[in-house]
Amino acid sequence: MTTERETAPMGTRIARFLGDYPLIPLIVLLFALIGVLEFMRPGIFNERWIGNTVKFAIPLAMLAACQTLTMLTGGIDLSAAVAATISAFVMATQVQLVGVPMAIVIGLLPAIAIGLVNGFGVAFCRVHPLIMTLGTGLIGTGCLQVYQRFVIATGSVIPDSLSWLGTGRTWGFPNALVLFVPFAILLIWGQRRTGFGRLLYALGSNETAARISGVRGWQVYLALYALSGLIAGVSGLLYVGLIKAPSLSLVNPLLLPSVAAAVIGGTSIFGGRGGYSGTIVGALILTVLGTLLTLLQMPEGARRILFGLIILAVTTIYIRLTDQR
Amino acid sequence: MTEPTGASPLLDARGVKKHFGAVIALRDASLTLKKGEIVALMGANGAGKSTFVKILTGALRPDGGTIRIRGRETKARTPAEAQRAGLMPVYQEPSLIPDLDVAANLRLCNTPVEPFRHWVDQLGIKGLRLDDMIGQLPLATLRILDLARALAIEPEVLMLDEMTAALPTDLVERVLQVVRAQADAGQSVIYISHRFTEISELCDRATVLRDGATVGDLPIEEGVEERIVELMLGAALGAGRGAGTDVTSVAPEGPPRVKVRNLAAGTKLSDVSLDLHRGEVLGVVALEGQGQDELFEALAGVRRPSSGSIEIDGKAMSFHHPDDAIAAGLTFVPGDRGDALLMQRSVRENIALPLVARIGKWGAIPMKDEARRVTDAIERLQIDTRAQGEVQRLSGGNQQKVTIGRWIATGVETLLLFDPTRGIDVRTKRQIYELVRKLASEGASVLFYTSELGEVPMACDRAVVIFNGRVVDVIEAADADEPTLLRAAYGLSAEEELPA
Repeated sequence: MTTERETAPMGTRIARFLGDYPLIPLIVLLFALIGVLEFMRPGIFNERWIGNTVKFAIPLAMLAACQTLTMLTGGIDLSAAVAATISAFVMATQVQLVGVPMAIVIGLLPAIAIGLVNGFGVAFCRVHPLIMTLGTGLIGTGCLQVYQRFVIATGSVIPDSLSWLGTGRTWGFPNALVLFVPFAILLIWGQRRTGFGRLLYALGSNETAARISGVRGWQVYLALYALSGLIAGVSGLLYVGLIKAPSLSLVNPLLLPSVAAAVIGGTSIFGGRGGYSGTIVGALILTVLGTLLTLLQMPEGARRILFGLIILAVTTIYIRLTDQR
Repeated sequence: MTEPTGASPLLDARGVKKHFGAVIALRDASLTLKKGEIVALMGANGAGKSTFVKILTGALRPDGGTIRIRGRETKARTPAEAQRAGLMPVYQEPSLIPDLDVAANLRLCNTPVEPFRHWVDQLGIKGLRLDDMIGQLPLATLRILDLARALAIEPEVLMLDEMTAALPTDLVERVLQVVRAQADAGQSVIYISHRFTEISELCDRATVLRDGATVGDLPIEEGVEERIVELMLGAALGAGRGAGTDVTSVAPEGPPRVKVRNLAAGTKLSDVSLDLHRGEVLGVVALEGQGQDELFEALAGVRRPSSGSIEIDGKAMSFHHPDDAIAAGLTFVPGDRGDALLMQRSVRENIALPLVARIGKWGAIPMKDEARRVTDAIERLQIDTRAQGEVQRLSGGNQQKVTIGRWIATGVETLLLFDPTRGIDVRTKRQIYELVRKLASEGASVLFYTSELGEVPMACDRAVVIFNGRVVDVIEAADADEPTLLRAAYGLSAEEELPA
């Protein structure tokens, strides 16, 4: 019995190598973009710029965690940005009433609730995650508008602790890393080394096979979307610490970039393939790309066109490079 | 009934060849059909019957050979072209669109309505309205509608694939009468069926395929069944018990581990009872679509039975999910590897999947314990792990071993193996028989469905034969040579009990 590996042509072997180590081309691309940036603006690549880039990439990477986890099962979470916004807004308006720790808890509850509803719809009503999360996102936005009318007199406060986390630096490092590094390690470890993580890949790879192996899919979906809601809520709190101005559409601009970060990072929207480490690099690539396009001093419209084209090109090439089918 | 000699045959397929990659499906398949003749096309599983049919109906293109209709060579490349040349198939699966009503389905394929109504009436379907939605009609009615639709366009050659499967007895009678009457009026028919009773009642000749070649063409007469079975078996006949087997079947003792009584599920499984003991490999022998799929799915918790009972160690069971069956020790290896494997994931993740399935196992994986179990399973099954990064890179045989290895890693009590050796190489097949025997000797119970009859004496202690959703025979391994099994599988040894 011979394996294909020994006899495969060069192109296939490269594809397999990159398929086994999908981070390599991404990191190469990231440094290439930084190189272009340094070429256009010599001296820009310094400690301060790195800190800023990381600071803005972290909320995006956290929101993209919602997309990565759900995409592993073949789903998506389009309500993540709304859940994040609600958490931030509710927290900021509750601080003066109940104090910071309680406000954070109250802020996270609606995000988890949105996740549970998503999980329920996906697991039991078999609504496609795209539609389900789109729907709950709209409902969430509506509820937030209603909520705003009731608290209009309260005013909003961003707790100092969140500002410190969102914008502060210690020895040049953004403080957000205090939250993000453990978060990323937990996720990357969890996706491979916990039963729950394995089941995400299993369900996205072949739901029938998972079922006959004894996996009760609904339990996984319910837990997954609730977790996604919680992560969205936390990233909303972090983001409002960075932006410092809660609004009804605070995190919305990050939604589609969060999907793009996961896809550029090599997670298949069809499920079963990918992981969070790629998503982190994807979020960094998008952030650097954003800086690059700002520096080009183009009109806003042209910048967006270019941004879209680059995302499409990167994704297409990357899929070609790493996908065997 | 047949035309006088001298007239060129209506359909004449000669030396048709087809291969898929390195696999040769057809070597030399031939079939002739005269006007007004009904020819049965027969062959055991894997003889190349369905490939031949697909070529005749234009769904596949042959690699060699000729197909002539009225002496003119056709090169039908699509089913539509084959139909224009006069060949109309009626397949096992109804080819009507469920979301449209009857009239719309007729319009879709230009079927004239009046003749269609005439045939529906002739075939004994009462009260059909043209605005009935297809999706709401029962399967038996749909098959009749398919037939009526085919008859209505007056094809030169009608091809019926297992036409009477899933039909109640009275409709079977009607269909046979109508087809016979049509043939007497000059219609030519290719009739594919596993039912000898129907073939001897209906057909003029039988063409037999074996290993991708036509090995016989005989007129239907008294006692032809035996001849056909011999032709289908070829060299295997008389070989008896496979060489190199050391199965010594012991009479099962004590209460059975799995006790199935009067189980019915879906449209095909109507009444199956069997006992599976500790340390026993029980073979299941059946032609395609006799209810064996439903039997395995019901036992695995994939499908709910409509009636009957399943007892495990004397306790009545009701499975709502495969996890319930797994908890009762029933583990399932499905026939289609695509249903069992995470193709993009590693060998390890595939084998370890059941270990993390329960909600209590969602936390940190005990990596050492998992590695040990997976390595054990890989060693026991001799899985080639050089391409273990993604299961889709493995050969079919190694993939099959992974699906079995999954249950070795969890510890086997009762293994439900559905055709585990289909499409894999001989060496791997042998390893699977050995493994199955070894598991049984360690106290496991195995239910082993196989489409290759020759495997039964090599792997099983006993075999139950299922025909038409019922157990028609139980054969000891010592007597389970291929001719005996095949006759039983065709319902021949229990003919008097069969409908019509």
